[in-house]
Amino acid sequence: MKKHLNFVVLVLAAATLAGCNNTGSSSGDSAASTTLKAGLITLHDENSTYDKNFIDAFKAACAKKGVTPVIQTGVPEGNECYTQAADMADHGCNFVFADSFGHEDHMIRAAREFPNVQFSHASGQKAHTLKLANFHNAFASIYEGRYLAGVAAGLKLQAMIEAKPETSTNIGYVGAYPFAEVISGYTSFYLGVRSVVKKATMTVTFTNEWYDETKEKTSAENLIENYHCSIISQHADSWGAPTVCENATVPNVTYNGSTESKCPKTYLISSRINWEPYFEHCFDQLANKGTIETDYTGELGSTLYDGSVALTAPGKVAAVANTEEKLNDVAAKLRAGTLHVFDTSSFTVSGDNVTSNVTVDAEGHVTSYKADVDPDTANTADTEVVEKDSNGKSYIAESTKRSAPYFQLHIDGITRIDNTKQN
Amino acid sequence: MPKKNKLFRFRAPFHLVKRNDMRWWQALLFRLGAVVVGLLLMCLVLWIMVNANPAAVFSNLVSGCFGSQRRTWVTFRKMALLLGVGLALIPAFRMRFWNLGGNGQILMGDLAAIMCMYFCGAAGWPNWAIILLMIPSAILAGAIWGVIPAIFKAFFNTNESLFTLMMNYIAAGLVTIFLGAVVTSGSGTLPMQEAGHFVSIGGNDYLLVILIIAAVLAFIYVYLRFSKHGYELEVVGDSENTAKYIGINVRWSVVRTMALSGALCGLIGLLLAGAMDYTITADSAQNMGFTAIMVAWLAKFDPFAMLGTSFLIAFLDNGMASGVQRAFGITNNSIGQIVIGIVYFCIIAVEFFINYRIRRNHPTLDVSVNAEKGGK
Repeated sequence: MKKHLNFVVLVLAAATLAGCNNTGSSSGDSAASTTLKAGLITLHDENSTYDKNFIDAFKAACAKKGVTPVIQTGVPEGNECYTQAADMADHGCNFVFADSFGHEDHMIRAAREFPNVQFSHASGQKAHTLKLANFHNAFASIYEGRYLAGVAAGLKLQAMIEAKPETSTNIGYVGAYPFAEVISGYTSFYLGVRSVVKKATMTVTFTNEWYDETKEKTSAENLIENYHCSIISQHADSWGAPTVCENATVPNVTYNGSTESKCPKTYLISSRINWEPYFEHCFDQLANKGTIETDYTGELGSTLYDGSVALTAPGKVAAVANTEEKLNDVAAKLRAGTLHVFDTSSFTVSGDNVTSNVTVDAEGHVTSYKADVDPDTANTADTEVVEKDSNGKSYIAESTKRSAPYFQLHIDGITRIDNTKQN
Repeated sequence: MPKKNKLFRFRAPFHLVKRNDMRWWQALLFRLGAVVVGLLLMCLVLWIMVNANPAAVFSNLVSGCFGSQRRTWVTFRKMALLLGVGLALIPAFRMRFWNLGGNGQILMGDLAAIMCMYFCGAAGWPNWAIILLMIPSAILAGAIWGVIPAIFKAFFNTNESLFTLMMNYIAAGLVTIFLGAVVTSGSGTLPMQEAGHFVSIGGNDYLLVILIIAAVLAFIYVYLRFSKHGYELEVVGDSENTAKYIGINVRWSVVRTMALSGALCGLIGLLLAGAMDYTITADSAQNMGFTAIMVAWLAKFDPFAMLGTSFLIAFLDNGMASGVQRAFGITNNSIGQIVIGIVYFCIIAVEFFINYRIRRNHPTLDVSVNAEKGGK
């Protein structure tokens, strides 16, 4: 009995001490009211490359502009997103940003409740038609970044073929969902590869998850073993595909940041949306009492690495030596508008893929394409997106009608594997 | 004596003695002590990992849960949901039917309710009619998901733990199939449904959930304590043969109890769909089916003790997420999970010390002699 009492007394003493320490400390949430405070809500945490990309940019922009960052990781796409956004507004945030597609409706709910706080959302589609003064969308013309990464992959593929003529010209792509953002991404990547290696083909598989390391691994393995893919790229958020590629020594084009630290042999290049320019835009507008753009589309910067659409340095081992030089040439053409990623003369659409909202000429080049730009439950194809530039070149204008991608054509040369038949 | 046994017996410096003499308040003090030790260890780990001031950890833990009116409501709603799932599980647990399928049963209730909202909303039904359909659909869907493994257990004696666990994956798969079928944009994200929202009581979004769970608590208490069913499931849990001998229909008891367990999980799914998320993902159950096992187990399947355990878990989770992680800029969720795990470990480990006493062996006395003394 006495022994128990000793234990209890010890425990109580410890508790009292802890309680004493408590007084006089300030909560980490309190901040001076003069500085701006901004909140970031992410679906996963820094272990996901997708979310890490937002977290890093957010921290950097906050540090640069003297804004107090409040970051909440691991927020699912449900009531909790609304609760966290409202909680950040409760605690003095002037700006709240959420990073996942499924957060949008919950952010709008919070935006309606707090008209004096600015809410913004990545990859969302509703701001341009919703006309809610304090709700915004943002994305970037990342298809240009994907295209550039594709050119780097094309150079590598060409070098592989030169070194070993029997190299398969098929490449692989691990996608998340068969969704516009992903379709636009892999198509522009493929067109980049094909701008170098004309006979390249691509096999695409979907995991139907944004983040599932196991599925991404098995998908990459399947592409390498059964489809003889010489190069793999992915639009999914884990380290699954890069790890498989490193083990199988298959060059890998990544998304949202370099994987060179863990995959030094196979990392080729990475394209990503650099969110820093956007966050800086928002913080500047908040500081000057200006207005944040309703639907912001970030673009290529003055170099390959400093814009909203950014690349990371090519891999030291895997990438071809003159990659950077070639990419600078291509990027200059993209900036000048003399080269279009979705130049209608560069690809064809045929068979069942010519849906009712698409018309093609005799050779299969697209002459008219109505895309689903305005959000509605029926996904109506509502806006013509084929345009002509000043030289009379016809192209599909992506990310100009709204920031989030809407290109959804299935072009020739890309095979999509039915996921249900895969084990 | 000791010399004679030296070659044959390893002598540990201590031995264990089962204790039966601990009073309820002593056990409670031990448990509180474990929480405090756990929290101190948590501070130590956070201090090492992110250089967090222990005092600030405590204050942020509290402010993360109760720092504002909204946070307080959120914490109590989370506690209510965990308690609700725990209440759903204990009738089965008391029958020693290890229902690990809470997640799946919640998800099926959620899915049924969301389907009502989606299809009837599109058909233009009035809100009250949609809600009237949602309630039985969700509860029935949860009950069916509970009854399937119960039937296999009752008639074919399959392993219920594995069976219910597998049913979770099937439920998640069904949600993915539903999303694939109705979300034609291919994003896999169902927009927030506009129809079939439950009423908020006086503009408060949280109270409805809390009141419904309070009613479930009262119901489960009465059901287990005073009803014939409650008695029967305890007998089945203790000894099937006794149950058969006194004329209890064991198969029917198993099926009936799991129907109740599943139905209550379905009710939680209904609340997620109609009063909180208004949409669904394969993760909508947020692992509550597993977390609630801890709620139930730590409370020894006692409905009222579960008030305490569910509060503790809600407090740690919300305090960690909204308080500590945010304050110290922790953007790696594993750190939060590790420290919460440490606290849980202390809480679970203390049960050992409540049940056993550690006795030091006297250097000159033989173990067996010592054990005789201590055991008395």
